[in-house]
Amino acid sequence: MRAHPWNSATMIREQEGTLKPAEPQGPLAKISQTLKAKGVMGLLFTAPANLILLLLLAYPFILGVWLSFTDTIIGRTGQFIGLRNYWELLSNEVFQLTTFNTLLYTLAAVFFKLVLGFALALVLNQEFKGKGLIRAIVLLPWIVPTALSTLVFWWVFDSQFSCISWILMKTGFLQAPIDFLGSPNNARASVIAVNVWRGIPFFTIGLMAGLQTINQSLYEAADIDGASGWAKFRKITLPLIMPLLAVITTFSIIWTFADFHLIWIMTRGGPANATHIYGTLSYQRAIPGGHLGEGAAISVFIFPVLLICVLITARYLRRED
Amino acid sequence: MGTKEEKEVSRRDFMRKSAAGLAGLSLIGLSRESLFQGSQALAAAVAPPQLKLEKDSTIRVLRWSAFVKSDEEIWEANTRKWEQAFGGKVVTEYLSWEDVRSKAAMEASVGAGHDIVLGWFDDPHLYPNRLVDVTDVATYLGKKYGGWYPVCEKYGQDFKTKRWIAIPIGSAGLCINYRTSWVQEAGFEKMPDKIEGFIKCCKALKAKGHPTGFALGHAVGDANCWTHWWLWSFGGKAVMADGKTIAINSKETLQALDACKEFYESMIPGVASWLDPHNNKAFLAGQISVTANGNSIFYASMEKFPDIHKDLMTMNFPIGPVGRPAELSLFSQAFIFKHSRVPNAAKHYLQFMMEAPQYGEWESGTWGYVTQTLKSYYDLPAWKKDPRITPFRECMGRMLWNGYAGPLGPASAAAMSEYVVVDMFADVCVGGKSPKTAALDAEKKLKKFYK
Repeated sequence: MRAHPWNSATMIREQEGTLKPAEPQGPLAKISQTLKAKGVMGLLFTAPANLILLLLLAYPFILGVWLSFTDTIIGRTGQFIGLRNYWELLSNEVFQLTTFNTLLYTLAAVFFKLVLGFALALVLNQEFKGKGLIRAIVLLPWIVPTALSTLVFWWVFDSQFSCISWILMKTGFLQAPIDFLGSPNNARASVIAVNVWRGIPFFTIGLMAGLQTINQSLYEAADIDGASGWAKFRKITLPLIMPLLAVITTFSIIWTFADFHLIWIMTRGGPANATHIYGTLSYQRAIPGGHLGEGAAISVFIFPVLLICVLITARYLRRED
Repeated sequence: MGTKEEKEVSRRDFMRKSAAGLAGLSLIGLSRESLFQGSQALAAAVAPPQLKLEKDSTIRVLRWSAFVKSDEEIWEANTRKWEQAFGGKVVTEYLSWEDVRSKAAMEASVGAGHDIVLGWFDDPHLYPNRLVDVTDVATYLGKKYGGWYPVCEKYGQDFKTKRWIAIPIGSAGLCINYRTSWVQEAGFEKMPDKIEGFIKCCKALKAKGHPTGFALGHAVGDANCWTHWWLWSFGGKAVMADGKTIAINSKETLQALDACKEFYESMIPGVASWLDPHNNKAFLAGQISVTANGNSIFYASMEKFPDIHKDLMTMNFPIGPVGRPAELSLFSQAFIFKHSRVPNAAKHYLQFMMEAPQYGEWESGTWGYVTQTLKSYYDLPAWKKDPRITPFRECMGRMLWNGYAGPLGPASAAAMSEYVVVDMFADVCVGGKSPKTAALDAEKKLKKFYK
């Protein structure tokens, strides 16, 4: 490609160093030069975003961590008490139960979301009539505001007016309604089921996008070699989708681990704290209970798990690069 | 801020402006007679506090959204009366009652936001130093209207200084709601007023296919209120008066838990999952025969369920072995933040809303949903509109305060918000724990808060 005559001329002149324009003088020129310096302009352009992050994320986070080291009660200034909140929480039975609930809720929900979401993605990745419509419908649980869909499930799992119980009773399978949210294990299973229902589309749509990037010739070659469907999935699909799967899963772990409104709407952590997770217990203790310091300490317990998730995600993202 | 122009409202100004406001009201169709009906007989001649209303006062109020439809309409109409009579402006934000506490707490922490909050239970005792002293208004209202009920003094006064930090507005008083015909079908002329007979009647109702329903889930209002009533009625309590000695692990508590297990046999399955709306729905659907509730069941059945309304009866909570009423109901009080720029106007507005013409109209229009905090209002005509409403006026006199017998404060708020008493009962009734284990667990939880 031929260089532009003007550019060529400029280059020659600069090389010769004879016709170089005079260096601009004055304060404006200095500012201009400073801006041209490496990194300065970049920093300036990202400053608004950094400032917002600092104000809206870093400040509340640091304040939260600080509060967790104090005995602050709403409306009163707290004193620094070191790790006392943490030690007391570790020996607190409600907190221990909440830790179990949080882990169970996260692991069970993410496992089912992954398996079912992946399966659905594989199905929807096939060619069939009305594919677009079905894909749009699959997204619905993800699109509907969680508070709204959870309210619907609150009714679905109602101890007296559950439509599931009603159908089973009408069809003669049951004599009395199922106590979905009244017994600890039923309540745990119910909130996990709602979380799975809500989270499947995230896996499905995310993985479907990944599946479509896999080169079809790999499958054709496998077909020629006589590979079975399972072999193709195990040797082609899974390895190629693994980085994306890891990222989606870690995102899902983060959201599930830090969930709040689903539990709060359906059970308020009951019955007898059987469905309390870190988010709900932290809120309950900090705001209605007034113990801000301890509430903050509970929420800080979420942080290490989230940090590990973020590190895994970052590692896979770098590998993809 | 510079010099703030303030005008003093002398008694003469007050009378003149009140007269002007009332003249204005007569133009919009409200007669002076109707507003003051009965109020003269209720009030003593007491001089109101001298409050300097700030110029161009705009008061921002945060209050719980109405439980019954007419509440908000009448509250707003009374507010407009104050605006017309005294020239200020009131902007009220209504929020779901359970969310008021968190918003008020945040405002107390950051020192900005609404001027007045109509909060619940322990709220003002969480941040007493952030609140305006309303002793003058409370004293005036008390003297004028026959005094405050003892429980109101507990809720309204700072535990240590005894100064008033909140004006008790009222209680969404709870009563036993039951179906008359079913109780008679079970062999009882009416619901017994002692716990022993009450349990028998409830079990007989269940045997006839009419179970009872009392929330044992994390229902902030219903579950906390009825389980505390049960505990206190047997002489049990969470903490001693010193606010430090945990008293839950007692023989009285164990008796209460044993009796409750028997009582639970009369209940419909699923109550362990019930939140506040559940018992209303189940009662209005005809699925339960007895529950504890405010007058919202009365109100809703009057509007939409005439058959149930005819059969509905209310009564105060039965008396337990302790031999005296020992109830807990939702309690609301109004407090003014020190960050308010219009503290005097805010006080004056609250005082106005508590005066007989306004309060009486509010009580009447809401069918006594909010039970009176001032003794003179016991005789308001509202309480005689229907015999099913009358028991609600007894609630305030039968109530103890949250965290009884200790002080109101962060510990009592935390114990309630953690459902310590509710879960203790749920653990025994539903969770299969022995009363002793449940009481020990509750003791451990309470020790965490009462240090």
